[in-house]
Amino acid sequence: MTTESENLESLVNRRYEHGFVTDIVSESLPPGLDEGVVRAISARKNEPEWLLEWRLQAYQQWLEMDEPEWAHVHYPKIKYNEISYYSAPKSDDDRPKSLDEVDPKLLETYDKLGIPLHERARLAGVAVDAVFDSVSVATTFKGKLADAGVIFCSFSEAVAEHPELVKKYLGSVVPRRDNYFAALNSAVFSDGSFVYIPKGVRCPMELSTYFRINAANTGQFERTLIVADAGSYVSYLEGCTAPMRDENQLHAAVVELVALEDAEIKYSTVQNWYPGDENGVGGIYNFVTKRGDCRGANSKISWTQVETGSAITWKYPSCLLRGENSVGEFYSVAVTNNMQQADTGTKMIHIGRNTRSTIVSKGISAGKAQQAYRGLVRVMPQAAGARNHTQCDSLLIGKNCGAHTFPYMEIRNPSAKVEHEATTSKISADQLFYCRQRGITEEDAVNMIVNGFCKEVFKELPMEFAVEAQALLNVSLEGAVG
Amino acid sequence: MLEIKNLKSRIGDTEILRGLSLQVNAGEVHAIMGPNGSGKSTLAQVIAGHTDYEVTDGSVTFKGNDLLELEPEERAREGIFLGFQYPVEIPGVNNAYLLKAALNAKRKHHGLGEIDAFEFLKMAREKMAGLGMDPKFLNRGVNEGFSGGEKKRNEILQMAMLEPDLAILDETDSGLDIDALKAVALGVNALRSPDRAIVLVTHYQRLLDYIEPDFVHVLSQGRIIKSGDKSLALELEERGYDWVREAANG
Repeated sequence: MTTESENLESLVNRRYEHGFVTDIVSESLPPGLDEGVVRAISARKNEPEWLLEWRLQAYQQWLEMDEPEWAHVHYPKIKYNEISYYSAPKSDDDRPKSLDEVDPKLLETYDKLGIPLHERARLAGVAVDAVFDSVSVATTFKGKLADAGVIFCSFSEAVAEHPELVKKYLGSVVPRRDNYFAALNSAVFSDGSFVYIPKGVRCPMELSTYFRINAANTGQFERTLIVADAGSYVSYLEGCTAPMRDENQLHAAVVELVALEDAEIKYSTVQNWYPGDENGVGGIYNFVTKRGDCRGANSKISWTQVETGSAITWKYPSCLLRGENSVGEFYSVAVTNNMQQADTGTKMIHIGRNTRSTIVSKGISAGKAQQAYRGLVRVMPQAAGARNHTQCDSLLIGKNCGAHTFPYMEIRNPSAKVEHEATTSKISADQLFYCRQRGITEEDAVNMIVNGFCKEVFKELPMEFAVEAQALLNVSLEGAVG
Repeated sequence: MLEIKNLKSRIGDTEILRGLSLQVNAGEVHAIMGPNGSGKSTLAQVIAGHTDYEVTDGSVTFKGNDLLELEPEERAREGIFLGFQYPVEIPGVNNAYLLKAALNAKRKHHGLGEIDAFEFLKMAREKMAGLGMDPKFLNRGVNEGFSGGEKKRNEILQMAMLEPDLAILDETDSGLDIDALKAVALGVNALRSPDRAIVLVTHYQRLLDYIEPDFVHVLSQGRIIKSGDKSLALELEERGYDWVREAANG
């Protein structure tokens, strides 16, 4: 064992030009991206050769690609050589010792979001100790899953313990060349979730990232892979309503879902990454590639998202409807306030016969925010009997925000039925006055109207998320009116 | 209960109320009539506290307190209800939800707890039956897809549920057929009480056949120029508004 790690260490030290030598695991890499960095990341995670090769090829491909500029978002050019591609978890010395040392505004937000007291310390990054019992909770949880044969672990763990599964499915839904950020992610991804549900198993509980005990700061380039084998079902919850900060501004995650015959994957996201200050400075760029492959007949993948954070959100959770009778769904609430920008939507690609897709997109814009819905419904020539219904609604609050819609419909089979409905509305002064005349404050009136607007999407969220999402919406739109 | 003294109000640069004075006591039903543009709806909106209107002079006292310094929602909780002439639609927010939120806001203001869900439903169903409204309306979005008559009935339902001290009904009869009118009148009459004051803003005498006023006032060019009892309304119906204006100017 010692010899191996010694060899590894010397290998890395020899090839990594930037010259740091000491303790590999607990130090962040200095900024910069080159082949050496990719090797260093792979070495730190003790990855097998095949994965290192996979990363290196991705890196080469990334070098040949150009950053896309077609989105309806503006941001200063990203300096890829000034980003650090591996952040070590914070040592306990750097963490707040207790909630007293945490920014009171942050605590106020936790209060408004209704986050349970025992959760606040963990979320604020206070050094976790035995008080929180998080280890034992996770253990019970893991036991239940093991009984069902469900594999739910970190991506890194999966590479070590289930390499054949990872090898089989990694990159099969989002190839490395798919887009600029996917290529980057494939080269430098940190960690993420791996889920495998065996044949015929209905996962006994909702899987949540909360239970994946892993090192902090892996949000930067997350890689998640979920495989539902024939006849299985899983509901996965990503994210949380608590505002999350990160020194790393660029978040380019990749999520791949594979649903085999008769299987169903429900993937829900609540995202509240730091959106920057009122001038939009310092917020997270959330550039994500999420795609689900309905490989088997009668398979189903649903994406439900509530996106309220990030300075810039750029993502299109999509579905490839290959299997006959397969179903894809996308339910989204995107909120942009102050100076936030979002270009988000979905792609539903109908490939097999009798496939169906449903898109419900609710965009709320306030402050000086700009939001775009971009959706693609593509019906391939062989996709007989394809059905799509798209409902795309925008709500504008105030006079300085914008909502834009870019629907694309590429229909190459004459038996397809594709419907697109779009509305744009404002919360009118009349509506607000009506509520006020009934004794309801303006703030409560806005919340009521906005929640009513989002109802259709919220009801798709797993219960616990739905309640949190409502509170999150209220907090995100604070100060949006008047 | 309500005392208005020399009220002047404008919207933008246009002066609409030009020194209006009125006193309404508990238990009374007043009708405010007048030609188009006289300021009837403006009066209703100003009492309710609509922010588009600026009060430039005069005073409004409600239950002995200065009403003009209260926000619209505070006025509502103090017991003022405005039945809108054109009730707005609020899709996605269901009627029951709005009603309950309004009721609870008022209860909280008076130090009471929130209303129990069953009690609320029972109360709502009773009142709706009285107004000839289908209970299914509770689950629909506020005024969403409602016909004119249904919207007006919804206003009266809200009034019945909120039990205001002062109810101002702005052209509640406009757009209603006879049956709807009768149902609305029945609802309003059921709410008459010695503790409550009702102000009906209307063009037409017809509503006053069903809801008999104690006092009738004629509003013209932002001022009340004549007051009388219900017979004044009948006279206006016969003779129009011109004779009143001439009498006031002459």
